[in-house]
Amino acid sequence: MIRRCFLGLAAGLALALGLSGPAAAQDDFIIVQSTTSTQNSGLFDHILPIFAEKTGIEVRVVAVGTGQAIKNAANGDGDVLFVHSKPAEEKFVADGNGVERFDVMYNDFVIVGPAADPAGVAGMSDVAAVLAKIAAAEAPFASRGDDSGTHKAELRLWGETDVDVAAASGGWYRETGSGMGATLNTGTAMGAYIMTDRATWISFGNKGDYQIAVEGDPKMFNQYGIILVNPEKHPNVKADLGQQFVDWIISDEGQAAIASYQVDDQQLFFPNAGS
Amino acid sequence: MLKPADLMETVWKETGEAAPPAIVGARGLSYAVDRRPLIRDIGLEIPAGRRTVVMGANGAGKSLLLRLLHGLISPTDGHVLWKGRPLDAAGRRAQAMVFQRPVMLRRSVLANLQFALRVHGLRGPARRARERSALALARLEHLAGRPARVLSGGEQQRLAVARALACEPELLFLDEPTASLDPASTHAIESLIQEAHAAGVTIVMVTHDRAQALRLGDHVLFMSGGRIVESGPAARVLDAPRSEAAQAWLEGRLHFETGDPERSQAPGDNT
Amino acid sequence: MFFFRKTGENAPLDGFGSILAEAVGLILAWDPDLIEIIALSLRVTLTAVAIACLIGLPLGAAVGAFRFPGRTVVTVVLNALMGLPPVVVGLMVYLMLSASGPLGPLQLLYTPTAMVIAQTILVTPIVAALTKQVVEDLNREYAEQFASMGVGPLDRVGALLWDARYSLLTVALAGFGRAVAEVGAVIIVGGNINHVTRVMTTTIALETSKGNLQLALALGVVLLTIALIVNAAVMAIRASAVRAAYA
Repeated sequence: MIRRCFLGLAAGLALALGLSGPAAAQDDFIIVQSTTSTQNSGLFDHILPIFAEKTGIEVRVVAVGTGQAIKNAANGDGDVLFVHSKPAEEKFVADGNGVERFDVMYNDFVIVGPAADPAGVAGMSDVAAVLAKIAAAEAPFASRGDDSGTHKAELRLWGETDVDVAAASGGWYRETGSGMGATLNTGTAMGAYIMTDRATWISFGNKGDYQIAVEGDPKMFNQYGIILVNPEKHPNVKADLGQQFVDWIISDEGQAAIASYQVDDQQLFFPNAGS
Repeated sequence: MLKPADLMETVWKETGEAAPPAIVGARGLSYAVDRRPLIRDIGLEIPAGRRTVVMGANGAGKSLLLRLLHGLISPTDGHVLWKGRPLDAAGRRAQAMVFQRPVMLRRSVLANLQFALRVHGLRGPARRARERSALALARLEHLAGRPARVLSGGEQQRLAVARALACEPELLFLDEPTASLDPASTHAIESLIQEAHAAGVTIVMVTHDRAQALRLGDHVLFMSGGRIVESGPAARVLDAPRSEAAQAWLEGRLHFETGDPERSQAPGDNT
Repeated sequence: MFFFRKTGENAPLDGFGSILAEAVGLILAWDPDLIEIIALSLRVTLTAVAIACLIGLPLGAAVGAFRFPGRTVVTVVLNALMGLPPVVVGLMVYLMLSASGPLGPLQLLYTPTAMVIAQTILVTPIVAALTKQVVEDLNREYAEQFASMGVGPLDRVGALLWDARYSLLTVALAGFGRAVAEVGAVIIVGGNINHVTRVMTTTIALETSKGNLQLALALGVVLLTIALIVNAAVMAIRASAVRAAYA
């Protein structure tokens, strides 16, 4: 009786062992290195099934920060790079890691803050002035601090002020070193202002009493680009399948799919390929 | 004190018989832990086919001597002889040992026997025949499928003796095999030992029980302070001991070896 | 995404009762996506634990049963490896399996196999170190009897492992616990790809990053329930073994 139980357990383990092949037998898939903002907002869940239905190609998305996505792609771990940090993307292509960069779409960054608005910035639209005011009030500001596209954009904006955030780090300026969602969770808990992309914010489920305090400055424009990883440098890249995805994304059909994605009746991404 | 070389001769001088050939023996056998001598320069010969009882106070070195003779531990000095030659793997295969506390595998009674026989190199029908006879010997047929460790202490020791005998050893060491058993179980174990002896197995047994030594022993080796201090026919040694150590032991006194400062402390545990 | 209804503008934590209710609801709904995630979690974890046992049990038993030069060093290393940070293991495996890494041609990155490899590396030291402890204790009891019987090294390891089998179930369980709860390594080498490498822990991490804390916690309760069931099953086997004095 005991022995039977024991053997049953062993058999269960053996079964589990036997079942562990690769998950999908089909080879028609590509890996897209992308960012948490596109993943967490639900955009991929909306557009990928449309693409799969048309082409039969399964798109597997690895969603990490832009910095890590670019490094992974530079290692050849992915067929397509789909991120939002134009200078870093152009460097990626210049280094021979990518074939060509295409604009895909944009959304924008917003600065969210607690309803109490301790720095008194709500409703302002000049982002440099806003950041300077937050710094002057020494109101807590939560930064990604993770070399992501959002983090790089945030640092560019601080660069337009004369605030030295590195010096304030650990004081009112707090670097979480985490993804957008984790930074929102942390930042809202400490009553800090946070710069986030609008898409992530709209679909974020733990807003508490937070509101968008600042939006609308053209400097907070957040451009996404797509790049086929260079098959000459990384022979394992599925160039044909990857190219099909790139072509589709920047095609009228792909652009329409992006435009049609809405959360709470708001369009999150604005296609601008070829503009 | 007896000189090692004289030892067995003394035993047989007393009985007047011709000495039987030795099956196991020792020459200059010493064992020390951290330079503390526990067995000191023992020479002996155990006669084949006889029952030798090793006695002595706690810490005298009885169990240690058995383990040295069985090859479980290596002597610091000297060597163990098996039929006149250094003890080797073949010699050890011809020996078996039963411990005071039976060591039962976490398996059934039958599986315990099977394991010992398989390790001994027996396979197939030959092994199954031995299993059956060992179960019968231990009178445990009705418990063959029972986990060995739920048996009573007496049943476990019967199984341990039967398991040792199943490999048909020429010599059986027993280290206080009945020390923690009730009279009925003790009697059963003694019967098994007598049967083995009758079948020609040489018996070397440690016991603290004077009556048991008289029942089971042809002759007695008496140890004190890591040495054999007296040997002779069981009845003579136990009725008229000549050594101070044996006299003290029989009278229930603590005995301290002269010239052994480390033994003038309280007697140590039974190593 | 999929089985998770969109949380509203604000989804404050409503207390443990509602989290529990949501967890029960998730299980009762028997959503195919959730089932797929649970199944993958179990598949990856059980496979990793099984391989870790295949390596760790004999290794631990050998270290526990034999004296050899360097034994202390091996023991110390095994014990230290028990504390390997999952993220470090994840990065190591990533660097090995990356297209630019030595094992790149195998194309294992972002597959369940990569997750199994990472978890196996995490679990094997646990299995080996705990096995060593269990076997060492049992060997202390058996050593003289085995020496007397003339049991050879292979038989000895085999017998010790078999006789310690119910204690070793607990060892495997410790490994299972570490693997099933692990997120840092599998999210790096698996990529948390929907329908491919998404498991319970990476789903919880994802939902947390989306701010769906209640859903994340409910999934945590589901994971805990699975762990409880596995533990209870193993403990029941072990309890019957203890009654039979086999453990």
